[in-house]
Amino acid sequence: MKETIFRKPASFYDTYERKGGANPDVTHYCPGCGHGILHKLIAEAMDDFDINKKTILISPVGCSVFAYYYFDCSNIQAAHGRAPAVATGAKRANPNSVLISYQGDGDLAGIGGNEILQAANRGENISVFFVNNAIYGMTGGQMAPTTLVGQRTTTCPRGRSPENEGFPLKMCELISTLGAPVYVERVALTDAKHIMKARKAVRKALQAQLDGKGFAFVEALSACPTGWKVPADQANRWIEEMMEPVFPLGVYKDETAERAERQPVHVELSAEELVKALAIPTGEEKPSFERGKSWLRNPEIKVAGFGGQGVLLLGVSLAQAAMKAGYHTTWLPSYGPEMRGGTANCHVRISEERIGSPVVQESDVLIAFNGPSIEKFAHLVKPGGLILYDSSLVDGAIERSDVTVYGIPFTKTAEETLGNVRTANFIAMGAFIVTSGGLLDEAVVKSILPLVIKRKNMIEINERAIGEGMRLAREAMGTG
Amino acid sequence: MAKVFIKGNEAVVKGALLAGCKAYYGYPITPASEIAEGAALYFQPAGSTFLQAESEIGAINMVYGAASVGIRVMTASSSPGISLKMEGISYAAGSELPCVIVDISRGGPGLGNIAPEQGDYNQIVKGGGHGNYQLIVLAPNCAQEMCDLTMLAFELADKYRNPVVVLADGFIGQMMEPVEFPEPVTEFPAKPWAAGGTPETYKNLITSIDLDPDDLERHINHLYAKYAEVEANEIRYEEYHSEDADLVCVAFGVVSRILQSAIDMARAEGKKVGMLRPITLWPFPEKKLSELAAQGKQFLVVELNKGQMVHDVRLAVKHSVPVGSYGRVGGNVPTLKELYEQILVHLEGV
Ligand SMILES: Cc1ncc(C[n+]2csc(CCOP(=O)(O)OP(=O)(O)O)c2C)c(N)n1
Ligand code: SF4
Repeated sequence: MKETIFRKPASFYDTYERKGGANPDVTHYCPGCGHGILHKLIAEAMDDFDINKKTILISPVGCSVFAYYYFDCSNIQAAHGRAPAVATGAKRANPNSVLISYQGDGDLAGIGGNEILQAANRGENISVFFVNNAIYGMTGGQMAPTTLVGQRTTTCPRGRSPENEGFPLKMCELISTLGAPVYVERVALTDAKHIMKARKAVRKALQAQLDGKGFAFVEALSACPTGWKVPADQANRWIEEMMEPVFPLGVYKDETAERAERQPVHVELSAEELVKALAIPTGEEKPSFERGKSWLRNPEIKVAGFGGQGVLLLGVSLAQAAMKAGYHTTWLPSYGPEMRGGTANCHVRISEERIGSPVVQESDVLIAFNGPSIEKFAHLVKPGGLILYDSSLVDGAIERSDVTVYGIPFTKTAEETLGNVRTANFIAMGAFIVTSGGLLDEAVVKSILPLVIKRKNMIEINERAIGEGMRLAREAMGTG
Repeated sequence: MAKVFIKGNEAVVKGALLAGCKAYYGYPITPASEIAEGAALYFQPAGSTFLQAESEIGAINMVYGAASVGIRVMTASSSPGISLKMEGISYAAGSELPCVIVDISRGGPGLGNIAPEQGDYNQIVKGGGHGNYQLIVLAPNCAQEMCDLTMLAFELADKYRNPVVVLADGFIGQMMEPVEFPEPVTEFPAKPWAAGGTPETYKNLITSIDLDPDDLERHINHLYAKYAEVEANEIRYEEYHSEDADLVCVAFGVVSRILQSAIDMARAEGKKVGMLRPITLWPFPEKKLSELAAQGKQFLVVELNKGQMVHDVRLAVKHSVPVGSYGRVGGNVPTLKELYEQILVHLEGV
């Protein structure tokens, strides 16, 4: 068995050409470094499972940033701490691949603390190998989230003090509390016996992924003689005596046996099916209605009231109908500061020409459903324009002699005649059809109801509301 | 296909799927949440991945992973979220990963507000992340372009192996307009460079690290040769009555729409004013602007910021003619009258 540990696995490149330099056959790791051992265990497992051609290895930022020098597989180098997010995107892009996220303790438990917890919590079907060497190796031996209490590093030169820096973060303990992870184990890369255990753990994590069982996490206590300033031959003892009491070895979670395999859902749509799934109507559509001969030309319309009165929907319906009738049209909801105080308004433009500004400042038409809307917008109606307001909710006269004003009891009629207060907006629509002199005709407006009203059983009552609004408007105009 | 009356934000989602986008990763933020919500609704039934990420940082790095494998992928956010994505965007540019980022920009700095602003021009067009790189930036001004430019963004991203940003504002995102969707894209460029975990691609490496200064310099020079190609091929703009204009307004996004109306008003009174609307904020229509300047035209740049794009216009015309600047910030959008008056003020100087 010892042999297999020392033979160069086929999943390593024969020579490390990406590394180059004078010694392209040896790794860039320091003597006694744990990274090399873990690399080898992973490469051997890749050999045995015969997966190197389908493996994607994410290298982190840290001493193992150059893991891609060695592994003969697809390699992606990630930003500091983000490997689990990169792995998520990669695995979901190719669910048939084997995703290995390889990270150090600064990378995983420090800057990338959120990415690892969230990927674990989602149960991403990936294998994470976490090198805990209690220090930042690459940047020259600074404190890591896993640095031991009292341990000296260049950024805690008097030793890590819980008062200032808190306690070492125990990632296996944390991750094993989550529901989704299927397998969590801490191993140590020390003597042959422990390395054999680590070897098994690596395989188990990969097997879990191959079986579609979800997130597997192996933490390896690992030597950094350089960062610790401990001779390489004493590093194993340092792990055993200093680290293991704080980071106990063992299996923290193993649900590989009972967990069901998750099959990635694969949906492949044809072009036609895609268009259908996007609810895009096909076929050419000619304007199916004659444009009305209205006294209003290219009107700018403001619709305003309380939220919940169907103000926005009325605006959308006006614009939808205008589009159907072959006009250019825009709809813009009230936005930002205007939305305060529970009022809602929207801007609709209907034009025979291409529309510039979608913002309606001074309108040709105001449809108002409450007093505040009248206060706010009635004075902004252009001379010669039209105001339709809900006389059931607005008291007092509108003092504009230069515009046409009709007060119609939208809400009262909705409640009393139609038995549904929510039809007030389409009563107003009916009133607009008549008072605008046929800018939009009744048929075109009714034809868009199925597009704007989600509940099918509400269409018929709104058709009646339109009729009722038209009747009331004719009455108000004295033409009824 | 038949026209659909639709919000700009929804047009982005549908355009992306028509362009073959296979994954959406995003984090909610007003006023871009509707894109995430639309994606949540449509992506999975269309056979694509949708995932709400833990943060914008998570989202852009998921995009990075997916793009590395070779699929079309996108994210969308608004200004503060885009700030968070900048590290990932720099990595993607360095690693030459095609991806699409939509920014529905809002008021800043800091938390600012959710009203429309164009204060992201500098962070998107000039970098924002670290290092020597350039994003391709498309600026739609209507719902139709929200669809069309999103689709174009995927095409350009693949063509140049570079992140592409669609930069819009809350008005363009919220506004509903008729949109005619094009047919779905069915042919996609091969990506032999991807690190896809397949027998064809397993030798590949996606990385942005290059320890050797000469190697990194070579790589950056390669990026800039590519950017020169983008500049040669991809400049897009729209002119509105600029031919005989004495004063040419320059604007993008919602401002260009209001200006169009203001120009109509001024034209009705015989004023010679027009507009040049950059559709690509990068590459920037420098040459066109310098040609217009050579004809003696003056400029008025209107933006929802304290004057960011105006510097590019001044550089383009080499300060040979006056370039006025007018900006509103904080989420205030200038009114038609306001811009009409600005046009009159600046015409006086002509
Ligand atoms: C955003 C960012 N911040 C900081 C760094 C600098 N940096 C590089 S490696 C590293 C620490 C890596 O330590 P660890 O994850 O423990 O890996 P090790 O080197 O010990 O294997 C840091 C802080 C960086 N590259 N990027
Ligand atoms: S610094 Fe530490 S972690 Fe880095 S290679 Fe050397 S021993 Fe390994």
